[in-house]
Formats: sequence, C-alpha cells, structure tokens
Amino acid sequence: MTFAGVGTFMTKEISLEHVWVEFGEFTAVQKANLNIAGGEFFSFLGPSGCGKTTLLRCISGFQEPTRGLVKIGGKDMKGVGPNKRPTALIFQNLALFPLRSVADNISFPLEVRGVDKKTRRKRADELLELIALPGQGDKKVSELSGGQKQRVAIARALAVEPDILLLDEPLSALDLKLRQHMRTELRAIQKQVGLTFIYITHDQGEALTMSDRIAVMNKGKIEQIGDGKTIYDHPSTSFVASFVGENNVLEGTVLTNDGKMMQIDAGLGTLFHVESHPAGGPALAPGDACQLFVRPEALKIAKSDNSLNQFETRFVTEEFEGNMRHIVLDAQGKKLKLSLINDGTHSIGASAPVKLDFAPALGIALKPGELASA
Amino acid sequence: MKIKSPTAVIPGIYLALFFAYLFGPLIIMVITAFNSSNFPRVSPWECFTTDWFGKLVADDKLIEGLGNSLLIGVGVVAVAIPIGLAAAIMLSQVGPRLRASLYTIFIAPILVPGVVIGLSTLIFWDRIGTFFNAPYESFFYDGTFLTIFGQVTFIAAYSMLVFLSRIQRFDTTLTEAALDMGATPTQAFVKVLLPFMAPAIGSATVLAFLASLENYNTTVFTIVSSSTFTTVLSSKVRYGLDPSISAVAVIIISITLIGAIIYECRNRYHSKGWSLVVAERPVLKVATHPGSVAAVLGLLAIGAVLFIQNHDSSACTAQILEDKRAIQQKLMEQQSLDTPAVTPAPTTPKLGPLGGEDTGGTSAPSPFGGNAGSIFSPENLSGSAGSTPSTSDAPTSPPSSGVGGIFAPENLTGSGAN
Ligand SMILES: Nc1ncnc2c1ncn2[C@@H]1O[C@H](COP(=O)(O)OP(=O)(O)OP(=O)(O)O)[C@@H](O)[C@H]1O
Ligand SMILES: [Mg+2]
Repeated sequence: MTFAGVGTFMTKEISLEHVWVEFGEFTAVQKANLNIAGGEFFSFLGPSGCGKTTLLRCISGFQEPTRGLVKIGGKDMKGVGPNKRPTALIFQNLALFPLRSVADNISFPLEVRGVDKKTRRKRADELLELIALPGQGDKKVSELSGGQKQRVAIARALAVEPDILLLDEPLSALDLKLRQHMRTELRAIQKQVGLTFIYITHDQGEALTMSDRIAVMNKGKIEQIGDGKTIYDHPSTSFVASFVGENNVLEGTVLTNDGKMMQIDAGLGTLFHVESHPAGGPALAPGDACQLFVRPEALKIAKSDNSLNQFETRFVTEEFEGNMRHIVLDAQGKKLKLSLINDGTHSIGASAPVKLDFAPALGIALKPGELASA
Repeated sequence: MKIKSPTAVIPGIYLALFFAYLFGPLIIMVITAFNSSNFPRVSPWECFTTDWFGKLVADDKLIEGLGNSLLIGVGVVAVAIPIGLAAAIMLSQVGPRLRASLYTIFIAPILVPGVVIGLSTLIFWDRIGTFFNAPYESFFYDGTFLTIFGQVTFIAAYSMLVFLSRIQRFDTTLTEAALDMGATPTQAFVKVLLPFMAPAIGSATVLAFLASLENYNTTVFTIVSSSTFTTVLSSKVRYGLDPSISAVAVIIISITLIGAIIYECRNRYHSKGWSLVVAERPVLKVATHPGSVAAVLGLLAIGAVLFIQNHDSSACTAQILEDKRAIQQKLMEQQSLDTPAVTPAPTTPKLGPLGGEDTGGTSAPSPFGGNAGSIFSPENLSGSAGSTPSTSDAPTSPPSSGVGGIFAPENLTGSGAN
C-alpha cells in the first residue's frame, strides 16, 4: 500500500485546559486537562456514557465547552465552527451519506471546496486504492459491508486532509477478525501519514495495542493519562485498576510504608508486602485504609511453603477459555480469580486448600475508591 | 372449487361493499357523462353521447375558473412548501418543550374552520389595504392573491406534517458530518438535507396542489369577484346541473388514473424483483419501462379525445326527441278523448329533458314520472336555473311540492343565498 497522493498533513498539537461540559444540571465532562502532541496516537478509554464522545465533539467543534479552552496548534478554538477546524471526525455511526455513491461520499470534502469533478474523481480513486476498495466507487453505500463502510468513512475523513483525525469507536461494528485487521491498517495509515489520531474505544485491547498514550475516563473525569504499560501495570486510581484488564481486589489497611515497600493487612492471615510505585497515585500512610489489587495472571500457585505474600484459598470453580484457564478461588469469603496458561501442567484439586502467592512488584495498593462495575 | 366457510366469505363481502361504497359514485358519475339526458343520470338511458365534453370545453366560465385554480395552486405550492419545510426543520431542531408549543401554533390553521380563515384573510388584507389607502385594483383586494394567502395558512401546515414525518427519520449526524468535512451550513442543507427530503417535497407538492385545487370553504370568501374551478362548479350545482359536470369528473378521474398507473409502473419497474425478471428479456424491459407505459396511455388518451371530438350522436338524440314527441302526442290525444271540452293540446309541446334548458320552470308535465316522482326530475332543476336566484337573506325555501320535495333542487336555490 502506498500513500502517494494522500497529501501532506501538518501535525498540530491539541490542548484542553480545564474543560467542562454541562448539559443543564448534568456534568458530562469535568475539568479535563490534556495535551496531545502532533502525530500522536491518543486513545480515550472508558465505560459507556463517561463523556468520551462529548470530549471529542469539543475538539471537533460541535460542542462548545461550558468552561475552559480548547486549543489546536496553540490557537484558541472558541467560536471556530467545525467546518473551519483542521479536524475530521469519524462518527460513531459513520454518518456516510446514504444517497451518494461511495466515490461521491469520499469526494464530498473536495466538492464543498469547489474542486472540479475530474480531480475529485481522481482523488476518490486514489483514496479507494488506499483503503483497499479499488474500483468500488460507483457502488451505493448500502451495498457495502460493515467493514467496507468503515473504510469508506476513513477515506472520506482523509480526503479532508485534516491535521487531526478523530475516531469515535470506528471499529465497534466489526467482527473480531476484521477488527484486528483494521487495527493494524489504521495504525499503518497513522504511521505513514503522520496524522494526529484521537481514538475512542470501549475495547481495551484495541487501546492498549494501538495507542501511544491512553486517557482513562470515568463519569466525565479523566482518571489517568499514560502509555498502555503504565495504565495497565501502575494504575493510579482504583477505577483504572479495576476497569483496565481484570483485577482481584482485597480491602486492607496499610501497616508500614517506607516509600519503597508497604506492609498491608488484608485479613487473610498474612502480611502482604507490596512495592510502592511513584505512578501509583497518592502515597499511603500507615493506618490508611487501602485496596490491594493483584491481577489474575500475577497470582501464582505457591511453589514452596514459606514464600512471600503466601495465603490459603479453596477451589470453587473453573472457567475454561482455550488458551487460558481461569480458576475461581475462595479466600476467607473473598472470591479471587487465578489465570493459568493452559499448558497441561497444573492440576488443582477440589478438596485440598490451594496456596497462592504473588511478587511484591505485582501487587498494587491504592486509596479506596470507586470500582468499575463488571 | 371448494365451498368456503361463511367466516371466510365475510371479509370478501366486506371488501366488495367497501369498494362499492368507495367507487360506486365515481362509476355512476362516469356513466352519466355519456348519457344524452339533460340531467346527470344513468336511467333512463337515452343516447350514448360525448357532447357534454364539447359543452364543457365551450363553457368559458368553467375554463376561466380552472385557469385561476391552476394559477392559485402553483402559487400556493410555491409559498406553502418552503414555509412548511422551514417549520419542520425548525421543529426538528428545538428542544422538546418549545417544540410542543410551536407544533400547536403551526398546526392551528388546520383546526380552524376554513370559513373562518377565509373571512379573516379577507378582513385582514382589507384592513391593511385601507391602512395604505390602496386603490381597489391593488393586490389587497385581488381574489387570486387573497386566495393564495388564505390557503397557504393551512396548506403550509399540511405540508409541514408531511415533512415532519420524513425529517424525523433524518440522521442529524449527517449534517454534522457535512459540516465537519468543511461544508458551509448552506452546502450541508443543499447537499445533504434537501436530497433526503426530496421524496417528501414531491408528495407535499402534489398534496398542496390538490388541496388548493379542491378547496372551497376558504376560497369562496377570498376569491372576491373572481372565480375558481370549485366556485364555478358550486354555482353550477345551484343554478342548474348538466352532465358536463360528469365530464369534468371523467377527465379528472382519467388524469388521476393515468398518473397513478405510471407512478406504480415506475415503482414496480425499479423494484429488485422486476429488474431480475427483465434482466434477460430486453423486449419486456422496454415494454414495461414507465416511459413506454406513459406513451401507451398518452396514445389512448389522444384516441379518446379524437373519439369524443368526432362522435356524433345527433341521429340518436333526434330519434329520442321524436319518440318523446310521439308519446306526448299520444297522451294529448288520450286526454282530449277523455275530456273533449278542455283546451286543445299544444301542437309543439315543450319537452322536459331536452327542452328544459330554455323552457323555464313551467314546462308541461314530464312524460316520465309525473309530479309525484318529480323530485329529481330535470324540470325542477331547470326551473331554478330559469328563475333569478333568491337574493333575500331568508333561508326559507320556496313552497315545495309535496313531501318528497325536501330534496328538490329548488330548495337548494332557496337556501343558497347569493
Ligand atoms: N446533548 C446532550 N444533552 C444532554 N446530555 C447529553 C448530551 N450529549 C451527551 N449527554 C450525556 O453526556 C454523557 C456522556 O455522553 P457521551 O456521548 O460523551 O458518552 P460516551 O462516553 O461517548 O459513551 P459511549 O461509549 O456509550 O458512546 C451521557 O450520560 C449522555 O447522556
Ligand atoms: Mg460515544
């Protein structure tokens, strides 16, 4: 695939300064502060209704923030209409024009700029080539498959020659295989064209694999901004810890904290040793209540009898997922999940107690907060 | 054939009755257009004639009224459609509470009786005209202008309803997408919303035009000294009805039928199933193209017009006249035989149905029916046509002849104050 003729895109940084969006009484976005560098692939991740689309609409100009500033390329965008901003939005429902052919859809941005018909057609053909739908320009939009529509929407947005491409869950309608294919495709387009991509998704795998950085949102608030590894390994709030990936939660109390290592009593008969991490949110003082997160894959079946962080559980049930086995265990009334690679080596009996442990670096102690509902 | 159970037959009977109810009057009307009888009726059948069409075309008042009606229709469409569209767009964009009250306001002209709209239009523009000291020839007093404005008030509301039902299915993100792609709001409107609304604009145009054409309640007030098709027709009903009205009906029904057939053909032709059927059959494809269907129907229509122009029924009508004369003669002779002392029979008796037009109300007793059955007989009608229309405000009808007279056309004249 080549990107000749796609045009030269300038990359511009975006910054949101204390952006609030209120709909009457309801606050959809709270005090969003954000800087996105030119050429970055930036994702928003969050549960449904948390304000992702609203934030995107602020950037594209369909929604004026109630308070705060939106700047693109250092310029305040207040009062600049969506048709004057260097952004192109790929809508959650794609919003292709149903009465126009595929080529006319793609060349619409050129049409409204008064580009002549022949040039438009040439450009549409180039973009069709780019999205791997050559020669399909005369089809009706309704004749395309979901994935093809998605690609046409992307091509139409690229025809705008935007500095910033905003994508609102563009892959949500696709099946798993096509989705994975489109992911790599999108990433390739982004890398080659060098556009700033702002990407919204429900799908964590998508966010983690594609993004340079991710913002996790909840109820209108940005909870954490960081690259995928930071978000996953060192969540800074309980919400992020429980929303991104799977996590076991234990309620406990901090006994000691020397800045490197904490001791936590979670009522399981063991004092847990957990590393403190600078990215892991506000520091916890001795005596503070805390939530201790240990991921299912961080839990291990104890190899010896006196390892660190060892505690006893009982087998409850097992969920089989092909490559993984998810084992549900009971630790003094708390349900925990243990994920094992299905390599045929483990056998867990239903009768005997199961001894588990985890490495101090893999336990995350955070201030108690709201958890993501399952 | 299997004998159907009664419950299975009932829907069939119901349908038959329903269609009879729906189309019966139309069919009767069409038949009367070709009966040479002076009054639109099916029986007794006299002669097959196409003269009524000729009479219709020669009727200057009706043609002039039709011309006015068409002009008003075009004017109403031109004003009401943009207003209705704007109202629908507005309603689709405002918040729910404002929408409810705006909707009520927009829809109000439909709920107000047409008579009230007609009168108030007349008074309103008269006030304005007076305020500007406009001469009587100015448009403030012009029937066409007033009628267009009077009709637009409620026809715009009709078309708004048509637009609303379509615009509710419009995905507003399409407009946003267009704006996002760099289109100006005008471009977004013209290139995205308008094409989406096109079918609704088409049907609203037809609806508005027809509603304007057939309107009477409002028009009768606003038309002032001019006339439209409906006002001419209604005065015809009052002052003497003849089958040329049926001829009008035939023409309107034919145009409607032709339009409907072509429209339906077009729909079928473009349907998926049919395009598969004709894919391999070029002849069938050409034959069923709406254009060729239209051409065939057009040829048929031209044929009908030629037939109507050239058909001559004078021999038959003369024969009928002769027969009637003979009967009359016989009656007279009978009478003179029975009562030889009474005045001699007139040599050329005035005959009801054929001579009615110019004989006036006091014609000789009709050979058909006599007085008792005369409620619908043409003499009575022509009687009212002959007499000067009552200009008195009193709605009392002239003394009617017998109990059956309540439906007599004289009463129509009597109550219809001019
Ligand atoms: N125009 C509006 N008026 C009132 N409330 C609104 C409006 N637009 C959005 N909201 C509310 O703001 C909240 C955030 O909406 P938003 O569309 O940004 O969610 P989202 O994060 O994109 O969700 P999803 O992942 O389901 O698309 C929702 O609770 C929604 O009901
Ligand atoms: Mg959304």
